Amino acid sequence: MARVAVQAAAFEVGTEIAALTAGRADIGGIGCFVGTVRATAGGRPIVAMTLEHYPGMTERALAAIGAEAERRWTLLGCTLIHRVGRLVPGEGIVLVLAAAAHREAALAATSFLIDWLKTSAPFWKKESFADGSDAWVAARAEDDQAAARWG
Amino acid sequence: MITVEKPLRLLYFAWLRERLGRAEERVPLPPGVADVAGLRAWLQGRGDGFAAAFAPGMPVRCAVNQDFAGPSTPLRPGDEVAFFPPVTGG
Repeated sequence: MARVAVQAAAFEVGTEIAALTAGRADIGGIGCFVGTVRATAGGRPIVAMTLEHYPGMTERALAAIGAEAERRWTLLGCTLIHRVGRLVPGEGIVLVLAAAAHREAALAATSFLIDWLKTSAPFWKKESFADGSDAWVAARAEDDQAAARWG
Repeated sequence: MITVEKPLRLLYFAWLRERLGRAEERVPLPPGVADVAGLRAWLQGRGDGFAAAFAPGMPVRCAVNQDFAGPSTPLRPGDEVAFFPPVTGG
């Protein structure tokens, strides 16, 4: 079972890795992806990014994505944390951890998890620009293609 | 005795929520509406912001009872139906 969390608070990568590996000696590798807020969007400076989600469905979707990764690879642990609310450039948005006996499964599962999360978990980003305007982020075809390559 | 059907719980997210001026509402399952496509057409027929938001070709996705749904997903009284733009998390 993946550990899944949707939270406003910041996550701490070291703390999450320690929690994933505590008391275990069977793990041989941990894949880690951290998504962070960029300071520009389309060449324009942004001051904040606000994340909205669908409470209830979000947690179900993240659990389903974690379960799918566990079906495809032999994982010894998996963590999915996604932040919501107002974030500023440089802050972490999403954390994906996948632990396995060997690196191939850990790295492939990490890549799969973030690709699927981007296209199948109900989150929406709004960027706030330095001039006071804001805009909802449009979905990217590249993200659909990245998710589709996993079949 | 009159049997009152449970209404649909409709949820709107992101730009749909802003454009429609509401995050949530309850409406009786409209007569003749059997699936998501039917509900979309009914919502479009409400006019104003709804007509624009649910116009054919608008990038609006749907979930029924918190699972992604397509145009032919059936609807029943009491269902939770959410409309939203394509997701942009991660």
